[in-house]
Amino acid sequence: MLGADAIVKCLEAENVDYVFGYPGVAICPFYNSILNSEIQTILIRTEQNAAHAASGLARVSGKVGVCAVTSGPGATNVITGIATAFADSIPLVCITGQVNSELLGSDVFQEADITGAVESFVKYSYLVKDANEIPRIFKEAFYIANSGRKGPVLIDIPIDVQNAPVRKFNYPESVNLRTYKPTIKGHAIQIRKVIGELSKAKRPIICAGGGVLLSDAEKELRAFAQKYKIPVVSTMMGIGVMPTRHPMYYGMVGNNGKPYANRAMNESDLLIMVGARVADRAVSQPDLITENKVLVHIDVDPAEIGKNVGAAIPLVGDAKHIFEDLSKEEFTCEHEEWISLLDHYRETMQKKRHPDPAYVDPAEFIRLLSEQMEDDAVYVADVGQNQIWSCSYHIVKDGRFLTTGGMGTMGYSIPAAMGARLACPAKQVVAVCGDGSFQMSMMELATMRQFHIPVKIIVLKNNYLGMVRQYQHFTYEDRYSVVDLSGSPDLEKLAMAYDMKFMRLHTMEKAEETIAGFLAHDESVLLECIIDPMDLV
Amino acid sequence: MHKKVLQLLVDNTSGVLSRISGLFSRRGYNIESITAGVTADPRYTRITIVTSGDDVILDQIKKQVAKLVDVRDIKELKPNESVYRELAMIKVRTNAEQRQGVISVVDIFRAKIVDVSKDSLIVELTGNQDKIDAFIDLLDGYEILELARTGLAGLGRGTENVTYL
Repeated sequence: MLGADAIVKCLEAENVDYVFGYPGVAICPFYNSILNSEIQTILIRTEQNAAHAASGLARVSGKVGVCAVTSGPGATNVITGIATAFADSIPLVCITGQVNSELLGSDVFQEADITGAVESFVKYSYLVKDANEIPRIFKEAFYIANSGRKGPVLIDIPIDVQNAPVRKFNYPESVNLRTYKPTIKGHAIQIRKVIGELSKAKRPIICAGGGVLLSDAEKELRAFAQKYKIPVVSTMMGIGVMPTRHPMYYGMVGNNGKPYANRAMNESDLLIMVGARVADRAVSQPDLITENKVLVHIDVDPAEIGKNVGAAIPLVGDAKHIFEDLSKEEFTCEHEEWISLLDHYRETMQKKRHPDPAYVDPAEFIRLLSEQMEDDAVYVADVGQNQIWSCSYHIVKDGRFLTTGGMGTMGYSIPAAMGARLACPAKQVVAVCGDGSFQMSMMELATMRQFHIPVKIIVLKNNYLGMVRQYQHFTYEDRYSVVDLSGSPDLEKLAMAYDMKFMRLHTMEKAEETIAGFLAHDESVLLECIIDPMDLV
Repeated sequence: MHKKVLQLLVDNTSGVLSRISGLFSRRGYNIESITAGVTADPRYTRITIVTSGDDVILDQIKKQVAKLVDVRDIKELKPNESVYRELAMIKVRTNAEQRQGVISVVDIFRAKIVDVSKDSLIVELTGNQDKIDAFIDLLDGYEILELARTGLAGLGRGTENVTYL
């Protein structure tokens, strides 16, 4: 057995179904060995999207996403995808081929110091120098990626190591990492303190972040919130923790969130932040969330607690375990006035839009779309104005809402939707992007066609990089610089070129039947919606 | 801004020092000195870092460093509970008349002369940073040709809170 065979065996042992990647000489031994395996390979059209696709797969399946690319430019191209997964705490194992280990450091063809380059974007990285180390390293890598605060791990494997004989393949049953032991269970004393504060609180609220979804704790959180009538708001990454129309859910916080969600958070007297970083877009003024209130900060990563805001009660651990433990305690918690106040806010603080009827109104369109989408559908939002509209108007029922709230990488939605669809082939998967973000990933239409991945794509077309245009509108008094997307392809012809179904919507007039037709297609479809170029989120 | 001494016990893997120093630089933490050496158990390296910052920053440094997969333990070595030492080597230009003056300062500080040539000598001095700074101050009037300092190494006093090895 060779090193490359050992890698494939490791992936099999980890129950990997798909590897997203792009070959080159330095990773060819691996791609040769994987032909002997049931694992399916997906040839992505640019390496960055291999990591995004793996991210989409990881987020809906709870498994580690895997990508494999070649050395040099292959490896450097994947960095943005890795950095995105790191910012969003998505578990990935990224395998990079490397030049012959004897030539390392001599700047040979397609050599890049990838472990050095990704250092600040990975949870950990390995440069494999001995093929016999492969089983241990892969076991550790999968464990590190998918435990504690999840994130990407990179394994760089020189071609000679892939071709070297492995004496005996023995996949370890457990990891033995002396220095890595994430805290899973919350401290009992801290949990009692939280209960103590909850029984005193008049205006408690939970703010749920992406960590709740990563720890698969939605059920536990919902049950807890329901039992004690605690209202819930979420960050962008936490959308979907509660169904949008759940009576206890009061929307997304942040500068692009719902005004009533922010007000609810600011006026609370007990704020339970869980799985959220308290980053600038969600909480622009950290002092507001500690003013006149007790802040409980729950996170599996102790470094997040106290990084942006000091918490009165820090609670380190996995959200699922903590909500299980919190639910074991019996206490009384009465705050009907608070709930009716928040209901009042929600009713009266709705944002009014004044759409131009000559165009598709993205807000109403997204609302109609989500009404018609299946309950357990996966909605993938890209980055830009489209993302904010998606966050504001998509209605999560029992499905998932995916977006990159941490890194905000344009072009994320299409590859991530492909990964999500492969992970759950029975589910409806819709990617919603703008014409800017679409063009960052439109090469993946070929991947979708080649591997029959029926992702449904919506392009909200306004011929602008809308989010930046909006920023320039407010900040530079309409001096638009480098935001005009003239020259973009005719999407109908593009769809034809890829042999894809195409639909176009000009106004809201036929929106409902167009959406119905769009969702009814079995194959991948591209739906272009012409929106007002001057619209603001 | 207070000077703080941190002691780390880390896996003795390749790249561990760059992971730690990289974390300090990208998060904007200051490194005044860093020393590293293998412990009695060759699987581990002990690192002493002198940094500065208020308590909030120090807390973040500890948490971010502890998060690195290779780091087994990090703690602050508080001055009253620890011993710190640094080694300095100082090459001073000395002619025959000046030599005796330098030697008398060396004696007072219990430093050592480890090399003598006809127009220079090298002094080796071990101590805490204040002692070394004071010694260098006293050499005012002589020409220091070259100076090498190792940076602080330290251990906590006694057997409480010993993190192995």
